[in-house]
Amino acid sequence: MIKNKHVAIIGGGIAGMEAAAVLAKQGLKVTLIEKEAITGGKLNDWHHLFPDFFSPKTVIDNLIAKTNHSGVNVVYNTEISKIEKLNGRFELSDERDTKFYSDAVIIASGFRLFDATLKEEYGYGIFDNVITSVDFEKLMKTEGKLLTAQKTEPKRIAIIHCVGSRDAKTGNTYCSKVCCITGIKQAIEINKILPDSEIYCFYMDLRLYGLNFDSLYLHAQKQHKIQFIRGRLSEIAERFDKSLQLKTEDTLQGRPLRINVDTVILLIGMEPGASNNLFTKNNKVTIDENGFMKPINMHENRNSSTHDGIFLAGTVICPMAVNESIENARAAAFEVISYLEKNKL
Amino acid sequence: MIEKSIIIPFLIGLIYLSIIFIYRFTKWIRGLSKLDKLRLMQSLKSRRFMLSLKEIFMEGLLHHKIFLKNPILGYMHMSLAFGWFLLILIGHIEVMCAKNSIFVPFHLAIFFRYFETTKNFAFSGVFSFLMDFLLLFVLSGVCMAMLKRFKKQMFGMKRTTRLKTGDRIALISLWLIFPLRLAAESMSANLHGNGSFLTSTFGNFIGNSGSETANFIFWMLYSFSLGFFFIALPNSRYMHIFTEMLFIFVRNAGIKLKKHNNTFTDIQVYSCSRCGLCLDNCQLATAGINNTQSVYILKNIRNKNLTDEQLFNCLLCGKCEVDCPVGINTIDLRITQRIESTLQYNSSYSYLEDIPAQKADVVYFAGCMTHLTPGIISSMKKIFQMSGENVWFMDEEKAPCCGRPLMQAGQYEAASKLIFNNTKKLLGSNAKKLIVSCPICYKVFKEDYELGKMEIVFHAEYILQLIKDNVIKVNNSNERIIYHDPCELGRTMNMYDEPRSVLQETGKLIPVKNEKQTAWCCGGSLGNLKISQEERTILRNQAVEDYLQYKPDILATACPMCKKTFARHREIKVLDISEIITNSISKPTEEKITKQKTKNKIHENEFV
Repeated sequence: MIKNKHVAIIGGGIAGMEAAAVLAKQGLKVTLIEKEAITGGKLNDWHHLFPDFFSPKTVIDNLIAKTNHSGVNVVYNTEISKIEKLNGRFELSDERDTKFYSDAVIIASGFRLFDATLKEEYGYGIFDNVITSVDFEKLMKTEGKLLTAQKTEPKRIAIIHCVGSRDAKTGNTYCSKVCCITGIKQAIEINKILPDSEIYCFYMDLRLYGLNFDSLYLHAQKQHKIQFIRGRLSEIAERFDKSLQLKTEDTLQGRPLRINVDTVILLIGMEPGASNNLFTKNNKVTIDENGFMKPINMHENRNSSTHDGIFLAGTVICPMAVNESIENARAAAFEVISYLEKNKL
Repeated sequence: MIEKSIIIPFLIGLIYLSIIFIYRFTKWIRGLSKLDKLRLMQSLKSRRFMLSLKEIFMEGLLHHKIFLKNPILGYMHMSLAFGWFLLILIGHIEVMCAKNSIFVPFHLAIFFRYFETTKNFAFSGVFSFLMDFLLLFVLSGVCMAMLKRFKKQMFGMKRTTRLKTGDRIALISLWLIFPLRLAAESMSANLHGNGSFLTSTFGNFIGNSGSETANFIFWMLYSFSLGFFFIALPNSRYMHIFTEMLFIFVRNAGIKLKKHNNTFTDIQVYSCSRCGLCLDNCQLATAGINNTQSVYILKNIRNKNLTDEQLFNCLLCGKCEVDCPVGINTIDLRITQRIESTLQYNSSYSYLEDIPAQKADVVYFAGCMTHLTPGIISSMKKIFQMSGENVWFMDEEKAPCCGRPLMQAGQYEAASKLIFNNTKKLLGSNAKKLIVSCPICYKVFKEDYELGKMEIVFHAEYILQLIKDNVIKVNNSNERIIYHDPCELGRTMNMYDEPRSVLQETGKLIPVKNEKQTAWCCGGSLGNLKISQEERTILRNQAVEDYLQYKPDILATACPMCKKTFARHREIKVLDISEIITNSISKPTEEKITKQKTKNKIHENEFV
């Protein structure tokens, strides 16, 4: 019987919660290990989801209810740093040497946000009016409004795409996938609360992969008068009044551009989680050239790590949106079940 | 008469060599500019002449610089050069004693044991002992040279240069000269008993098989090896032996390459001995780039087959210039070569004209790279506020480039336009001081601008002066700081102490193995137009991993380019000197006892 088998899930974000709930519902003993004091991960900071402005709180609340009902054992404030295999079982331990034992493991430890201070030319952490897309969501969630550091309403706002993504100099050559549509969503939100403001999006190209993403883009231009300028930002300088001067290029018009704005929002990308490297140390799993966890193959075996019995779920594999992350975690849960059934004896 | 024929191969080689030398040297000296010729003439009349002679002796014969770097390699070069020189010198003195005359045929010393079969002149025993000893000395060098070719690791060299056919002929004939001389002299010693400890011993080995014919053949072969070597020499790397002497005179006369090739380029190119010392410390090799090092550039300039791929794949970090035992100005040479081989990009830069100069006591020029590191700009602004001086931030709004990156790319004309434009503005400000926070700018302002009495000050110097004048008071945080010497400030501008003095005021400066002249290049260099991002990352990681061994709290730099490059590594905290200073002013020192304890432990285990 696989009913008395144990599964340990590292990371209590949306992927971890979904996988835990599915497995527990099937009767397995599931331990969900979260490093923070609450589950839900980075989504807790989010205000609205693209493309339909759905509430992330609803998503998290539903997942919490699911995990509670199915009897998942949730452990908080514990960050797993080591996975070992002993006598056919897995031993997971953290820095304090707390140990967990299981028959299978799902790594759902998620991603890390790009540190915008690495693009020093954009002045994050130096200029008060430069914020990131995550700061914006937090602001909207806690205060419901966007103000400059001088507590005035910004008249001009620039949203910068691809910060730390598709940028060889920062070492990230991949696309973070969800930022383009996030930028459009945030631009519309700003326009809703500050209808008189001018909003500019500086982009390389817009990668609008989802079903309704393109219509949202058109909507942003037509209804919300968002201006899209193709060109990567070169540098930002702070002026005496704390407003910001952007040096960039309009590559459609083929000329350099200097523009003054009150607030800049940097659309920061997703980077491989900090723990990915730790898990590779004792050769349990491998990472790909970008640092994300490497599945056996990306087509029909994306949830299996290169180590037997260790599975992957969510953004630990690659950048994903909320819905994909949840679906991916559900798939991981079924991979775990078939693995345990195969190894019953 | 047939006896005398042994000198013919030698003589032919020598005559050919002399003609080529006279031709080339005349061409080179004539090709120098009028001013440079005057400089050269003047230097011959002054004390510099003696200095040059001394340098020729120390470097050309003794190879003192190679000795300092690698004693085994130094010995090898010395035994070959100085040993051979002494063989010729003592040999001549021996002939003079034997003939009781100062005027003796010059070739006689070379073939002395063949022609002079007796040992009945003054000090003949002493001479034959000396000559045998010197031959042994040279032979030891030849043996080492052969070993080095096949087992370079034994000589502490990671890499050695690749040879061309001309070099190979010269090399083989050079290797043969001394063993053949030993064989020939041993033959004569066997027949006539005119040898000493070495040649007699070998002569005894030959025993009864020695004959006049064999003696003649060996001496003939010896003469041929000399002749071959002399003929191969002008087209081989051994041309450096004599060119280096001319180079020393020219360099000591203060002659420099001025953005355009002239015969000074040729003199430097032919002075390269292709010893390969520039290969070992070239960081590009770490990234698998193995054909763009200075020795290959010099070789390809000489052979006229230099490609842009090679010419532009160089960090211009200057390590090879430090390592070059001949003292070739590899960086100047490469930049000049880039200027010569680049199509000049034509821009009017007319858009630069519209900012009027502002009157000020001090001008601050941040430059393009500092504009990409706004943390440095805001620190500099704070520092200027504290200094209370009247500062004009020249490129705050619109930022003209200093011209150095264009210069590094070989765009001399475009760089000159920027230099002209900036000079006009700078002089228009009537300022006494120009402060820069980027070593790339600093170098070009110092070397290529003519700003009259305006003093060009690097921000580290400026900050140090403010600290000394008590304008800035800093707290010492006891943080462990490693200072990274930027290439454009350290090796090429020789500024090592000022940044260190500033940092000593704010924290504990840790000495590291690879610093000052041997400091790493961060890999971000604007000078390399061919290297890929991945290759740059390899170079950066090599440096950062070395620094991380010392467990620093901060990696301090004085260059915005280095700062950006290192910061992207993410596992080391990187700050510019100016930022460290402003941080240490604004916040009071909080010493955490626990943290201090662990730091002290690390201090005790310091492996520096």
